[in-house]
Amino acid sequence: MSIRNTFLILLLVIAGHAHALTADEAKSIAIGETEDRMTALAKAVVNADEKTVAFIQALSDDQVKTQGDKVFVVQGDKAVDPVTGAALTLPADAEDVINNNQMRGELDNALAAAKLFSKDDAVRAASVKTLLAEPDENKLPIVEKAFAAETVPAIKAQLGLLRGALLVNSEDKAKRLDAIKTLAESSNPATKTVLLARLQNEPEADVKVALQAALDKVDAALAWGDKLGAVFSGISLGSILLLVALGLAITYGLMGVINMAHGELMMIGAYATYVVQTVFIKYFPGAFDWYLLAAVPVSFLASALVGAALERSVLRFLYGRPLETLLATWGISLMLQQGVRSLFGAQNVGVENPVWMSGGVQVLANLSLPYNRLVIIAFAVAVLLGVGWLIGRTRLGLFVRGVTQNRPIASCMGVNTARIDTYAFALGSGIAGLAGCALSQVGNVGPDLGQGYIVDAFMVVVLGGVGQLAGTVYAAMGLGILNKFLEGWTGAVLAKIAVLAFIIIFIQKRPQGIFAMKGRSAEA
Amino acid sequence: MPTVSLPPKGPLLTRTGWSSFFVALIVVCAVVPVLNLWIPAGSPFHMSDYAIALVGKIMCYAIAALAMDLIWGYTGILSLGHGLFFALGGYAMGMYLMRQIGRDGNYKSDLPDFMVFLDWKELPWHWMLSGSFTATLFLVVLVPGIVAGIFGFFAFRSRIKGVYFSIITQAMTFAAMLLFFRNETGFGGNNGFTDFKRILGMPMATTSMRMTLFVITGLVLLGFFLFAKWLVGSKYGRVLQAIRDAETRVMFSGYSPLGYKLSIWVISAVMCGVAGALYVTQVGIINPSEMSPANSIEIAIWAAVGGRATLIGPILGAFIVNGAKSWLTVAYPEFWLYFLGALFIAVTLFLPDGVVGLVKKLKGGRA
Repeated sequence: MSIRNTFLILLLVIAGHAHALTADEAKSIAIGETEDRMTALAKAVVNADEKTVAFIQALSDDQVKTQGDKVFVVQGDKAVDPVTGAALTLPADAEDVINNNQMRGELDNALAAAKLFSKDDAVRAASVKTLLAEPDENKLPIVEKAFAAETVPAIKAQLGLLRGALLVNSEDKAKRLDAIKTLAESSNPATKTVLLARLQNEPEADVKVALQAALDKVDAALAWGDKLGAVFSGISLGSILLLVALGLAITYGLMGVINMAHGELMMIGAYATYVVQTVFIKYFPGAFDWYLLAAVPVSFLASALVGAALERSVLRFLYGRPLETLLATWGISLMLQQGVRSLFGAQNVGVENPVWMSGGVQVLANLSLPYNRLVIIAFAVAVLLGVGWLIGRTRLGLFVRGVTQNRPIASCMGVNTARIDTYAFALGSGIAGLAGCALSQVGNVGPDLGQGYIVDAFMVVVLGGVGQLAGTVYAAMGLGILNKFLEGWTGAVLAKIAVLAFIIIFIQKRPQGIFAMKGRSAEA
Repeated sequence: MPTVSLPPKGPLLTRTGWSSFFVALIVVCAVVPVLNLWIPAGSPFHMSDYAIALVGKIMCYAIAALAMDLIWGYTGILSLGHGLFFALGGYAMGMYLMRQIGRDGNYKSDLPDFMVFLDWKELPWHWMLSGSFTATLFLVVLVPGIVAGIFGFFAFRSRIKGVYFSIITQAMTFAAMLLFFRNETGFGGNNGFTDFKRILGMPMATTSMRMTLFVITGLVLLGFFLFAKWLVGSKYGRVLQAIRDAETRVMFSGYSPLGYKLSIWVISAVMCGVAGALYVTQVGIINPSEMSPANSIEIAIWAAVGGRATLIGPILGAFIVNGAKSWLTVAYPEFWLYFLGALFIAVTLFLPDGVVGLVKKLKGGRA
């Protein structure tokens, strides 16, 4: 190993500018004894250009054949020259290049290292990341060279980190200390592994102290990332709970209907999103990335219409009998589920994220915020503001509040209470549809989508206090964050059970939720 | 102090009531066993083992519906968590039956198969009593009773009622379901318990054992029916109904509803637990899905379909809904949920007093 290393460094020293792959190089990499091939490979990598990388890739994929001293890259049923790219006819007696395990490992290494010199920033960044995950001392010379050549600051910083990770195992104590200093500044989970590994093999006491200090520093930085990550996923879960519970806060909180079909109204919203997606794929494939914008109003309308139909046909006969609404809406939910099964099949359907929602923002080394979660948080805030405005500022909201507080008086003032009931229920259902549209971006869309959320949604509304939008917000966020923190501590299922237990205990203390309706009723 | 004179207390059952009760008794104890055991299989009067198993299962459901009626129909507290008590009774019995398998399991070990699979070396502490049948009988009653007692004490003490109570009971059974789905809780994870072989050392798969269990279930159902009849006719039962109709007034009259609500809640849970234990012996499987919120709601549905605040109603309801279910799921598997859903809506909209209410109405308003 070390002989080859020295040789590699030597080569680096004498290496000039990157040049194109030559026929001789290709030949010596592909043909001959393993030792010679590796030497040729190492030499080629140092000055690798894209053709070299492609050739090494082809070798690693077993797509190279040789005949005599001619080299062919096989592409499907054709063959091309690795140097010129010209089409060649593959002779019948061409032989496969046999790569033993040693050669194979060397090819992989070379490939990763060669990508450090790619012209594409993203490929270089990805390559640094791969190398960081398993730092390998042998790559130090190549990394040094790439570090010197790198111009993009972010990648250069990462390369510096990688260099530190490799240097930390150096024989030279000063270099080690220097590397430790660099590493301490980083908050990458991979550096922690590197530091820990070194700490075990470090003979000198003062370097050990420095290592420990660096580890503590990295740990502190990582702890921040972990905490912020838990808060973020808590907020993300909370925003989903909020979306799910907002509609229920209207139908249950304001209207007193225990809508067990709320989950199925969400399911309708999610399936509406799926239908819109299908339509876009079929008729507007070019605009596919924007299908979600069309799906938002469609899912709202679909659920709102179903909700209005339910209110007109069933629920209006059951006002004031909450337990009966529970049974009837349960029946409705069963029928809606079966209806979706008959229409779309019992399997989950695939709803895809648009391109602009995939990926995420890297905030800290161990904390990245996915775009789809961010979009849903923003969406939840927007829906919340919309509902708040609708209930608090519009004529419809005024009527809804009036009918909720005193139906006979509202009726005497000329409010068409029956129509207001329908509008309010349709609004609540429509919001459920919006929740379904959002859920389709983070979870499975299937006939029992609603069942998974209905208990949670009721918990949020009950915890927040019936009829209180602000309470719903606090309860959703509180439960979301509490759930995520407990999850880190006890695991997902136990966290859920703990949250349910917490709610039961909380309701002991405040039977009316966080914000109780104030009143003088003896029944309260 | 002026005394309110209550109407004189009637007999437990009327003459027709007793005659129908004895008819039911004879059917359960004599007619069904004869039809199943002694009439040859080809005869049209032969009751198949499938029918026996089905009726036996529905009788267990009927007990659960009766228990639900005591708490919901007579006390006005809708529980959406009765599936939990049903399952707890079932699990208590299931643990005993698992131990009865002995070394006949797949792994030929003293431990139940799933524990061997999880590489456990000894029984967890909560399986200690499961070896004894007597202890199991106590557990079937005590476990649901104690769980209900603790939960009910906290819930009723802070005067949680109505919809809040329903939703919290739903959360309770949901939480328990998640817990029982876990492997490390020691209840067989999502497979639950199955493959039972013996009860009291006797093989369970024989026709005569099936018939014995069937008769026991029928007798328990009839016994609970008489007990419930006696209970709701007593002064205690009248207070319950008063709490249902106007709890505040009951409080203002000097009663504390807490004791009444808590005791009927525990009684109802215990009945449900017994139903669950009998169910396991007949069906031969118990798993956490029995605790799903949907199952608990279905129990309420049986009571509502038959007619709340009547005792025969929930029993009828359990038979109607489950009979329809087992027929429709075979004949029209696609339509079963449509039918069930439509049934709920129709009952709440058109039959607020259930089937019994409809019969009464047809008979000419005799209440």
